[in-house]
Parts: sequence; C-alpha cells; structure tokens
Amino acid sequence: MTLSPGFADPVAEAQQSFRAILAALSRPGRVQSLGAGLRPPAPLLPAAAAVLLTLADADTPLWHDAGAAADAWLRFHCGSPAAGRPGEARLVLACGAPPPLSELDAGSDEAPEDSATLLVQVAGLAEGSGWRLTGPGIAQEHRLLVEGLPSWFPAAWEAQRRGFPRGVDVLLCAGTRIAALPRGIALGQG
Amino acid sequence: MTETGYNFAYLDEATKRMIRRAILKAVAIPGHQVPFGGREMPLPYGWGTGGIQVTASLIGRDDVLKVIDQGADDTTNAVSIRRFFARVAGVATTERTAAATIIQTRHRIPETPLREGQILVYQVPMPEPLFRLEPRVAETRRLHALADYGLMQVKLYEDIARLGHVGLSYNYPVMVNHRYLMSPSPIPAFDNPKMHRMPALQVFGAGREKRIYAVPPYTAVHSLDFEDHPFRPIRADARCALCGSDASYLDEVVTDDAGGRLFVCSDTDYCGERQARQRRGEAA
Amino acid sequence: MYVAVKGGERAISHAHAWLAALRRGEAAVPELELAQIREQLGLAVDRVMAEGACHDPDLAALAIKQACGDLIEAAFLLRAYRTTLPRFGASLPLDTARMRLWRRVSATYKDLPGGQLLGPTFDYTHRLLDFSLAAPGAPPPAPAEEACAAAAAAPRVSDLLADEGLMQPEPRAESEPPDLTRQPLACPAARPLRLQALARGDEGFLLALGYSTQRGYGNAHPFVGEIRQGAVAVEFTPPELGFPVQIGEITVTECQMVNQFLGSRTEPPQFTRGYGLVFGRGERKAMAMALVDRALRAGELGEEVTAPAQDQEFVLYHADNVEATGFVEHLKLPHHVDFQSELENLRGIRAAAQAAAATLPEAAE
Repeated sequence: MTLSPGFADPVAEAQQSFRAILAALSRPGRVQSLGAGLRPPAPLLPAAAAVLLTLADADTPLWHDAGAAADAWLRFHCGSPAAGRPGEARLVLACGAPPPLSELDAGSDEAPEDSATLLVQVAGLAEGSGWRLTGPGIAQEHRLLVEGLPSWFPAAWEAQRRGFPRGVDVLLCAGTRIAALPRGIALGQG
Repeated sequence: MTETGYNFAYLDEATKRMIRRAILKAVAIPGHQVPFGGREMPLPYGWGTGGIQVTASLIGRDDVLKVIDQGADDTTNAVSIRRFFARVAGVATTERTAAATIIQTRHRIPETPLREGQILVYQVPMPEPLFRLEPRVAETRRLHALADYGLMQVKLYEDIARLGHVGLSYNYPVMVNHRYLMSPSPIPAFDNPKMHRMPALQVFGAGREKRIYAVPPYTAVHSLDFEDHPFRPIRADARCALCGSDASYLDEVVTDDAGGRLFVCSDTDYCGERQARQRRGEAA
Repeated sequence: MYVAVKGGERAISHAHAWLAALRRGEAAVPELELAQIREQLGLAVDRVMAEGACHDPDLAALAIKQACGDLIEAAFLLRAYRTTLPRFGASLPLDTARMRLWRRVSATYKDLPGGQLLGPTFDYTHRLLDFSLAAPGAPPPAPAEEACAAAAAAPRVSDLLADEGLMQPEPRAESEPPDLTRQPLACPAARPLRLQALARGDEGFLLALGYSTQRGYGNAHPFVGEIRQGAVAVEFTPPELGFPVQIGEITVTECQMVNQFLGSRTEPPQFTRGYGLVFGRGERKAMAMALVDRALRAGELGEEVTAPAQDQEFVLYHADNVEATGFVEHLKLPHHVDFQSELENLRGIRAAAQAAAATLPEAAE
C-alpha cells in the first residue's frame, strides 16, 4: 500500500491552510477554501485532510470514523495518538454522523480552551440562505446553508451554548470548502 | 532571502502548530486568555516575544508586515522586530497602515481605520487585567471562570470617589462580548473605542506570561465605566505641529528647558500621509 | 527636532558596532579563546549551562564570550539557541547512585560507606587574593591518585535512611512528567514541574530564598544529608533498538537535604527530602534549590504556608532570570504614549483640584 502525499510544500501550505481556518473561525459562516492539492484516501476529503495536516500532531489525541485507509494516512502524516472514545479526543473527525456534542470534551470554566474541535464532513456549504448566524465575527448576520448535518444538531448546539464558555468548536468541511461555528455563535433558523 | 539555518519565520513547525491551535481557541472564546507553550525567542521577554510568536505563526510569503511601537514605524524596537521578520521570513514590509495585511503593535492602534482581512497583533506585557488587584494567577483564573469582576468595579468606584473620575489613562480594562474582562495591552485609553466592532481581527500575544487572546472582527468591546461617569478617552488638547490634526493621539515634545513644548502625531504613517496630501493640495 | 527614538535603523547598527569593539577590548591584549573560557572559567560555564538549560560547555563558553561575561545574557543566548533544536526524545532518568564521584560530603554522618570525599572545592580555602595567579605560571600538578579515587560503593545517604524506613519515599510518577519548556507553568504545580523550574532558575534568587528559610521565613530544619558531585551516564532508548544505550556523560551536582517532619494524620513522623540537582559544579545552586524545593512542599505536607519561599506562585513565576531580566529591562523601551496619557490625566486632576480650592469660602482657610 502506498500513501498519497500530504502537503507538497508543508511550511507554506500549512500556513495557508491555517489562515483559511482562522478566517473561517473569525468570520463564522463565511466559506473558505483549502486543501485543493490533496488526494487523501476516501472517505477523507481535502478540506478536512488539510485541517488535520495543519493542526494535528502528537499533542492532539484524534478520534475519527474514517476507516483504516484514512487512519493509516493520518497516522503517517500527523502522528496523532488515537483516542479511545470521542470524549477523550482533542480533535474529532466525523465523516458520517457526528457523535453527540454532549459526549465531547467541552473544557472547563477555568480552561474552556481545553475543549475538542469537531470536524464534520458535510455534503454541501452555501452562503446566502439557511441559518442566520449572529455573534462575534459577524457584523449583522451571516447566512449559511449546511447540507448533510443530522437534524438534532441545532438543538444540541443551543444546549451547548448555555454552557459557554465551555463548548466544542465545529469546523464544517465539504470537499475543499470550510465554514466554522465557534461555540459562541447563535444559529437563528432561516 | 531568509536567514539560513532557521525555519521560515524562525519557529519550528511543531511550535507553530501549538500556537495556531491556541490562536483558534482564543478566537472562539473572545477575550479569554489561552495559555500556550511560549518559547524562548532571540529577543528578550517584555520586548515583544508574544507578539512575535503570534506573527511568526500567522505570517506567510504573501503577507505585508507593518511593525509599530508607540505608533511609529521607526522607533528602535519596531525597527528591530521588522528586521527580524525580514531576515527570518523574507516578507515584504511596509510603513503604510492601509497596505499591511499584518500589523504588529506595541502600545497603539493606528489612526487609519483597519479593514476586514487585516490582523492586528498586540505585544502584551501583562495579559491579566486584574493583576494589580490580585497577583495570584490561580485566583484570577477562578475569577474569570465566574465572570466575577467585582474587584475591578470597586477599584474604579474608589477612583471616582477619590479623584472624581477613573484614574486609569492607559491599559484601561475592557469587557469583550459582555463576558470576559480583558487587558487591551498598554494602549492609551484614547485607543480603546477603536477596538469596538473593529473589522480587523485582533490577536494579543504575551510571551513571558505565555498567554494568547483575541477579539474577532465586529465584536463588542466596552471600556468599563459607570452610567454617571462614562468612559472618556484622554488626548492632549492641541493640534499636531506637523499635519495639523486635531483628532489624532499626540506625543508631547519638550523643545527647550523654558517650558516650550509642541505636539506631534504619535502615528507617523497617519501624519505623513496627511502631510503628503496637504503638499498635493488635497483636503486633508 | 526630537529624534531620541527615531532613525532607529542607523542607531541600532552604530550601537552594535560599538558593542563589538568594547567586547574585544584593547586590541593589544590577546583575544580569549573559547577553550580558555571552557577550561579556566568552568564555574561560569556551568552556571550558564544550568540557567540556559542546555548542556554544552563549548556553546556556553561562546555565549559567555559573546555576552562579555554577563552570565544572565549568556544564559539567554543559550536558551534562545536551545529552543530551536529538534527533539529526538527523552533520556532515561539519571541514576546518581551510580555517579562517578569526585566529591561527596555528608553532614549527617561522621563516616559512611564510600567515605567522605572532599574533592575540588573552595571550602577551607582562605579567601586571600593569590597574587601568584596575576602572572602566568606553570600548571599545578595533577591531583593525587587517592584524592580522586572514589570508593566503588557509595550509596546515597537518602537510600540509607530509606532502608531504615526513616525517609519519606518519593512516589513514582505514573505518567510522563510535564515539560516546562513545552507547556506553560500553571499552579498548583506538581513537584516534577517545580524541580524543572528551580533547576533552570536564577542562582541568586534561589540563594536568597533558601537563606530566608533558614532565618525563620518558612519552618525549615535542614541537614545536608549529602552533596555528591561527579559524572553520570546519560542513557537513551532508541525506539528502533528498544534497549538503553549510553549517549554520553555529564557532570552534575546533587544535594539532598534531610528535614524533620512531625508526621500527619496519615503519615508517621519521618524525614522528608529537599532535592537539588544542577549541571556542572554549581554546588551553591544545588543547595539553595534543595532548600527551596523542601519549602515548596509545605502545602502537600500539610504545613502552614506563611513564607515567600513556600509560596509556589511567588517562587516559580519569579525564578527565571531570562524572563525577569527581559521584563525589568523592558522598562527602558519608549513608553511615552502611556506617559502622555498619564500627563494629561494628572494635569486634569490638578486643575480640577485647584478650581475646587479657588471656590472654597475663605472661612475654610
């Protein structure tokens, strides 16, 4: 078995991917592009792969449901220890239905930064319709349409928001596109 | 050309990843201080190592970097930091606020309003807004967790009772997104209102104290005050001797030993642009 | 026109050129070689390695030369270099029981297995300037054979006490200890983290704190169980081999202070340990570290925390001289923007006070 490569230029591409992730988290609901050159093994798609190449390493226990081929790829390129349960992971990748938010590490009131970041591969992301996002990073409101999230997600998100500053931050990945929901954002229904 | 023997932007990739994760969490929890494994830098602690580590983790080959200290691009420490990044990252630098993608600053926010897509990186000596009232780090963490800022309210109230108004003129504490009390770093209180709903991302790096915090674009930042004693920014009641600005923050320059003094803009780019426009005969 | 902080680019290059000339000093005097610093200023090299947290005598000598003999500046140079080094892994814990001893002193026993070994020390020298050193001379003869012949078996005093059940055992860590150079300090800090901070902490700061515990600031009753100095093997287990190999030998000084402990509800009366370990021959630092380590254990031993040396936050956040020197010295950077705000503020307060005084009725005078 041969593994497809990671970033062709690791220093520059990690920096560019980081800036795309940072832009996504700073401007929740605005869609950014990253990972265009990557060919990760299925079901892993370029955006989620780029996020993990950029952020994951030996210090970030990872849980994922992406199967053996993706696992080998991630182990080789990121070297993250495997988390036994989603709740023990710092980074959680869901290619299928994500684990319940309440089962992930939300950090503590004193150290809310110790929370997990959840990557969810979704079918589609589009600006201009869908949720009416409000909160830090948004001047008035950003609209974001997400295809492929389970129907429980908005209610779970609102439940998590009541625990702020504890909470999981979510990166929604579709192909080479990414949008972020940092924990403080309200998802007004469209 | 970058200096050989060191990685792009000096830091190794593992350190950048650690700092990048901290920055992302800081953005997700506006105003909360995220501890990070700050590294020794080749510049002394207290001289901008936090800002430098943040900038080194953000910067790419396409960025244009501006560095200011006291509002000026040509102060010695700003020159030193700009030279550092030119040396280890080979990036383009500028003195023009409008042309920069990343602006690293010590003690000022530029007068020219920042726009979306720009990042303002602050050098922070003491990230903890409560440290003069409670020096214990473990205790201030608890107070932030509880959003218990009574200590600061009492301090400001005592100032008003004694002096008639709040005695702070710089490093004036702010509430971020109605949740976290935050040190704006030692910028003059004059600059505080610029932080409120700023279109640019603001990231704060404290190297010695090993903390990173952030304010996302368009986030509410309120200077602490009381209804009957509203926050008031302080500025010398004068015009700039070079460009005539009556709105910018001014440095006072002592010109002789007989009480002579004049005032000039602290923001050298803002002042220079205004003078250039005046020379071209445009309205300043 | 005012230019004190402007024109920075030229000012910086001029200043650094001048510094380089001062560093070299009088050109007629031969230039120092690194080997001279390494061989003849060994205690300075040791201190720079300890506080620079990097064991490399040649680089420490270079740092001392570059820093014109300013040892804190030299430690800073070494730290900034150290932080760029790749990490291959962690060595195994040093086994100081297997130290090749040069010096071994116990204050708690008149004699003990392995004996007392005075070794190279300033102790019992008379502090009279030796004017014969002012001029070059023939090198002194090599030390006598028996002076450096360490006994084969010299068990640690702490182990002797432990065998009798009188020394509180140290719990074995279940997990990898945290790494102060990779994770920020957070209090309460566990002992491994505290010892890391003390090992790289400023000798002068720890000396003063240790001294304060002897003068009643903290309830200390220390005995020097043992000071041992010598060479220990550094071993590393390469993952591809799976067994440890020796990768070198370093000189260290270890100090174990033995302290009374009256016992608690869960523990019988016994001795407790204050531990100090430093690179090289930094004996003063090792002793101060052992005193401060024991003082910092007050909380976990159920003793009342009353003195600065017992206060974790106070000690650990202020022990690092690279952090301290940076922050103290940063006060010389321009602060005129904030000072301007203070000026306007103060003028406003004074004007308001004068206006109020002027309107007071005369009866008030």
